[in-house]
Amino acid sequence: MLKEGSVRIPSGCAISGIIDTSGARFSGEAIIKSISVMRERSNGLGGGFAAYGIYPEYKDYYALHIFFDSSAVRKACEEFLERHFDIINLSKIPTHTVKEITDAPRIWRYFVTPLPTKLAASGLCEREFTSKCVFRINTQITGAYVFSSGKNMGVFKGVGYPEDIGRYFGLQNYFGYAFTAHGRYPTNTPGWWGGAHPFALLDYTVVHNGEISSYDANRRAIEPYGYTCTLQTDTEVITYIIDYLHRKKGLLMEEIASVIAAPFWETIARFNTSVQEKYEYLRTVFAGQLITGPFSIIAGFEGGLMALNDRLKLRSMVVAEKGTKTYIASEEAAIRMVEPDVENVFAPDGGEPIIVRLRGEAHGN
Amino acid sequence: MKIDAANLDFEQLNKALKNVQGDSIVDNCLGQRFIGVKRNSGKLTLNGTPGNALGAYLDGAVIEVFGNAQDAVGDTMNDGKIIIHGSAGDALGLAMRGGEIYVKENAGYRAGIHMKEYQEKKPVIVIGGSAGSFLGEYMAGGLIIVLGLGATKLPLKNFTGTGMHGGKMIVRTKQLPEGLPPQVSAAKASMADLQEILPYLTQFSALFTISLTPKKEDFFVLKPNAKNPYTKLYTEN
Repeated sequence: MLKEGSVRIPSGCAISGIIDTSGARFSGEAIIKSISVMRERSNGLGGGFAAYGIYPEYKDYYALHIFFDSSAVRKACEEFLERHFDIINLSKIPTHTVKEITDAPRIWRYFVTPLPTKLAASGLCEREFTSKCVFRINTQITGAYVFSSGKNMGVFKGVGYPEDIGRYFGLQNYFGYAFTAHGRYPTNTPGWWGGAHPFALLDYTVVHNGEISSYDANRRAIEPYGYTCTLQTDTEVITYIIDYLHRKKGLLMEEIASVIAAPFWETIARFNTSVQEKYEYLRTVFAGQLITGPFSIIAGFEGGLMALNDRLKLRSMVVAEKGTKTYIASEEAAIRMVEPDVENVFAPDGGEPIIVRLRGEAHGN
Repeated sequence: MKIDAANLDFEQLNKALKNVQGDSIVDNCLGQRFIGVKRNSGKLTLNGTPGNALGAYLDGAVIEVFGNAQDAVGDTMNDGKIIIHGSAGDALGLAMRGGEIYVKENAGYRAGIHMKEYQEKKPVIVIGGSAGSFLGEYMAGGLIIVLGLGATKLPLKNFTGTGMHGGKMIVRTKQLPEGLPPQVSAAKASMADLQEILPYLTQFSALFTISLTPKKEDFFVLKPNAKNPYTKLYTEN
């Protein structure tokens, strides 16, 4: 089958996210229910979830979730992993028979930590070392694809409607403090397991509804910094931009929102002079990371979620609260499915980030 | 006729509604799309959160929602009335060509985008609270009224009336809207403007039991500011 990059199919999508700011962990059942309400927004060619706080017993280890085309590829990939990491646990990711889900690859999970000797020799920090290894596997070992690589979090995704993918992975049996979900309706690329959302690198994940028009400009701007876009999927490049701006450049999530959904110059001109300078600086220095065209995204990171629309707001997004939980979804119905008596329902403006962090979490991210 | 939509998808619900003549009440709406599409008579009372494209192509029926509505309410609506006891999502009344929409609270982005009017057909949208950016984008006809109830500042956001070339927006605000595109002019409302909106304000008051005491000094009128404002927008001709 032709994969991403080999064929173009000119989509809608659905996104949803839930976070409990108290840090209390809850079942993935809620996010499955939420995304299932928006079935008409997807077409069965991709569904997936990001779950944060699900591996507390292994919280100091990178959880690598990997798709393999064959056992031979798995062996080759495991040899690579053994050369670079201490693997403290490995297993097939448990799945359940769901008749709608077919043609699944082999799906494995490895809890790893970089080998101290390798890490020291590389001169890199642990996170950079790990992300470089992820890129090496994804670009050099054909038939192996690392689709999740953060600590105490995991991505679960595949080809199918999201509620079916959720049952397939038994997401109701995972307990986390935050979840995001995506129902895919691919517009430009075919549906295959790796191409489903969320896209992830380390603990950064992105679910996305939309179709950015700056894809190639963004790709060309990000690749010199060590990122390889392998899928021609716009969401992949958004993930790398967030990783680059947050992990490598040290920008705050609020600042990242002002880069990727920068206000128009004419809007900046109406701001107070004190903030004008900041917006002008961000637009000028990070011009290549400006994302244009329609998008609504939920970006997950350690300890929080960020919801963001494109500055023209060409996609819908609703946010609501109840108790210590914050809900984000493409449609209000998807929130009310889980919490009928939700409060403070509102739709953020285009380019207005909604950043929700665990209480007590440092605002350094 | 009463329908419980709790376990119905959009096809099942709309099929059930198709078979009903006259008035209906639907309980537990939750995201089902296309409710009331093309309906030409009777009244639909909806409890819950109806899905996108509520009342698209509506042709004379009355739809009353007790809850919030999502995106694209009254898409290309031709006649009838939609009443929302809450807020509406983006693209409210898009390409609307007749009938009336009343929203008690706020509207999202692009309310009234590409509304149009022709002879006796003149669509009207009344928004009780505030409107999102791009209100009346590409507006070609009809009337949009924004009351700003509960708003502490201007009940409009950015880019109001971008590409507007017909129709009228009347906004209850003491402050002249700023940042309007050059193709849109804003002026204090006249007595005639107030007369024009009074019947709709009376309706709004009755529907939501909110008392209004409209004075013309409280309103600004937004209109396209020249006969052909786009003459030199793209080319020198």
